[in-house]
This record gives sequence, C-alpha cells and structure tokens, in this order.
Amino acid sequence: MAYTDKTRGIYTEVLTGLKNAGLFKQERYIHSAQAADIEVEFPAGAPLKKVINICANNYLGMSSHPEVVKAAHEGLDTHGYGMSSVRFICGTQDIHRTLEQMVTKFLGTEDTILFPSCMDANAGVFEAVLTKDDVMISDRLVHASIIDGIRLCSAMHDTFKHSDMEHLEEKLQLHNDKRLKCVITDGVFSMDGDTARLDKMVELCEKYEALLFVDDSHSSGFIGKTGRGTHEQYGVMGKIDILTTTFGKGLGGASGGCVSGRKELVEMCRQKARPYLFSNTIAPPVVAGVIKVLEILSASTDRRDKLESNTAFWRKGLIEAGLIIKAGDTPIVPVMLFNAKLAQDVSRDLYDEGIYAIGFFFPVVPQGQARIRTQISAGHEIHHLEKALEAFKKVGKKYEILGKSKQEIIERYGM
Amino acid sequence: MDEMQEIIKAYVIKEYVEDDTELTYDSPLISGGIVDSFSMVSLKRFLENKYNISIPDDKATPEAFDSVNKICALVREYVK
Ligand SMILES: Cc1ncc(COP(=O)(O)O)c(C=O)c1O
Repeated sequence: MAYTDKTRGIYTEVLTGLKNAGLFKQERYIHSAQAADIEVEFPAGAPLKKVINICANNYLGMSSHPEVVKAAHEGLDTHGYGMSSVRFICGTQDIHRTLEQMVTKFLGTEDTILFPSCMDANAGVFEAVLTKDDVMISDRLVHASIIDGIRLCSAMHDTFKHSDMEHLEEKLQLHNDKRLKCVITDGVFSMDGDTARLDKMVELCEKYEALLFVDDSHSSGFIGKTGRGTHEQYGVMGKIDILTTTFGKGLGGASGGCVSGRKELVEMCRQKARPYLFSNTIAPPVVAGVIKVLEILSASTDRRDKLESNTAFWRKGLIEAGLIIKAGDTPIVPVMLFNAKLAQDVSRDLYDEGIYAIGFFFPVVPQGQARIRTQISAGHEIHHLEKALEAFKKVGKKYEILGKSKQEIIERYGM
Repeated sequence: MDEMQEIIKAYVIKEYVEDDTELTYDSPLISGGIVDSFSMVSLKRFLENKYNISIPDDKATPEAFDSVNKICALVREYVK
C-alpha cells in the first residue's frame, strides 16, 4: 500500500499544527433550510439549537424563498436533474441561454456566459482573454478566486494599494507599453464591506485605454438603486468590460456564476475558458431558480430596499451599543475586535445567546484586525436584529469592550 | 553605490510598506512578507527603467530580490 504510516504522519502533523495554531476550521451542521432562523448541530453530536443566522451571504433572503423553491421544482420536472455533459457537447438547454440573456439585461452588459461557479469564472476568464503581451493590475485585496485566475494567466501581473487611485494611475503609466492592460477589482470587498471607486476607475481606464474587471459577487441584486450592482451605484453601467458574479449569494444562494460584459470577451470565454469547456454547467433546477430570482428582482426593489433599511438599523444599533464597526453602507458589517482569541470567544458566547456569527482572523484578514463579520439579509425581521443586538451588548459588556477605543481594546487583549 | 541602496529602499517603502515597519538594507523583503512575489514585477520594471537595464526573467527570482542589498548586487551585474 502506498499510503504508508510515514505518508499519513506527514498529513497528521500538518493538521495537528493547524489545530494547535487555532486555525483549524470546524464545520457546523445546519439541519434546516438556509434562513434567518436555523437549527444547528454544534459541536457534532450536540442537540439541535435554534439560532439566528447573521453570517450568511443570503443578502436578499432568496435561499428558501417559496417562489424560487417552486420554480426550481418545476425546472426539475420540465428539464430534468442534470445534463451529463459540458456545454459545448450536449449540455446547453434553452433555459441556460435564457438565463444568460436575462443576466445581460439585468446587469446592463452586452452578453453573458454561465460558469459552474464564480470561482470558476474568475479562474478561467483571465487566461481566456489575455496573453503574455498584456498586464493585469489588481487591487491588493481582491478575492482569492481572482488571485487563482491571475496565477493561471501568462500576462504580467502587478498590484495597486487597496482602493488607492493615485497608485493605480502610477501603475497604468508604468505598464503603458503593454498590448492590453486590465484593471482588476472586487465591487464590494467581502472582508471589509467597502466598495471600489468605480467612477474613478472607469475614468482612469478610459484615460489609459485599459480594460476594467469587476467581481460583483457581494453586490449583484442589491447595491445601487435598483440592485444591479456597484456599477449602478457609481453611475457607470455599460462601462464595465468584464463583470463576474455569483448566483450563490444574493441572487438565489444555490450555486453558479458568470462572466458578463463585452460580447467579444464573452465569446473568448466560450471558446477558451477551461472551467467552462471542461466542467458541467449549472444544473437545470438551479437555472430555473435563478431565472425566478431575476424575475422577482426585476419586478420590484422591495427586497433590496428592505435590506437597505435593515442594514441601516443594524449599523446604527452596533454603533450606539459602543462597538467598533467598519464604516460603510453595505450589508457586510465587520465588528472589530482586533485580537484573534477575543474574536473567537465573542463568537462562541454569541452562539450561546442564540446568535450565529463567525470570527475572522489572520490569515483571512491582516494580523491585528480580527473581527466578527456580520451580514444582514432582507430575510431578517427587525425582531431578529434586536435580539442579535441584545446579544452583542451582553457579550460586549462581559468582555468590557463597549464604548472602548481600538487602543483600549488592543491594550487589554493584545493584537 | 550608497545612492542606489537609498533609492531602492525608498521605493520599496513607498510601494509596499503601509505601516511604520523599519527597513534595513538586509531586511528580508519577500521571505519576510513585505513584498509579495506578485508585486516583484513592478520592482523589476522600476529598476529596468531607472537604470536603463534589462534583467532576464530567470534572474529575477524571489531569492535575488529578497533584500535591498541583494537587489543592488543584481542591478550592478547589468549596469554598464
Ligand atoms: C468576491 C467573491 N468572488 C467569488 C466568489 C466565489 O463564488 P462561488 O461560490 O460562486 O464560487 C466568492 C465567494 O466566496 C466571493 O466572495
């Protein structure tokens, strides 16, 4: 047997190292559908506990929306369970193309191509449209899936300091001799909840004739007046050359992603992107579900409006309670605790109070910036948020962090 | 050649150091996590423009870029 004790030992040592460093990720089993109220088994084998979920990407509360569930059932009946093929052999149904067209209209682009996930979209798109004669200039805080896509592409790669437009301009000048330049950013940054300054970025890209890539996974469906995304908020719809997003968050929560943008670039992905060519696309019931999500969101802004008011309520409540949050107006609201152990302790105590929120610390966020990332949903009612605020106040009081400055918290608990 | 050390150090600080980390000519840049290996590209291009040289890609390794002094040594190989 090739899997010898020595081999096994190598892996157990690594895993033990993760456990000892407090970096081992333990999953919690949810026995209900995804929603504001869930039932959780944690740790494994413990009795089920009813808790309020404030850490899902279920921004619009679509994950278990009855009309979406119904549409998915119907999709299953009319189009079956799966395609047993990639798109270009015999894996494209009418509803796949319908969804692509609906996304194009919703995002205000020229064309769209579906991917199995947004991770796959990001992993495949750069290699499909850029060559070694080109340069990619990315924000230093872009999502991990974009980093992987950049690694797979032969174009030169450089970075600019997070949201620093002067630095970006210097980089555009430095690389002005390249055939194509592509500026790469998240629309909303998932760890801090801040938005990219797309108006300024479009201006720079026009000045230096660069392509603009935006991953709007944490924006599609709710950022902007009608929820089209960060480009709507900044008044630059139609000016994003490559927009990627996921159907695994606001737009339904199941799975799937896409590249939407200039039609030639989308066609390049159809011809060349490896995760598109070599992996099955989104399954029919999920496609039917996403179609329903887009119908609902196109017909009314009620859900994104509710998310907006819930978010305002939540941010105000946390500030009034004396907690430190990252400023902004997106539904990603990080409660800053700075110290990794403190973040884990607060998360555990919140759970005891019936609130499910996870601590994030190095290496997911920079050293000394540990936090609890809370995420608000249109599926929350005010009573959920009130209960969660009470829990934060109670736990905050226990650790004596309410009303304390960053310095005071760090002095007491360390970085 | 002290001038070259100063120029390169100042560039690294401006470009990569976002807090008040102290930097010496021997501070490990890449292995020390100050410069990520992705961002070496702009450092290489900066050196090439500044000193009017061309550093072959296979010489621009993370090891060769790992401190201000090592970078100076590399650049000197190519300055005429
Ligand atoms: C910014 C960003 N892009 C892409 C993804 C990946 O999305 P998907 O789950 O569709 O692969 C995520 C999800 O974590 C994300 O946060």
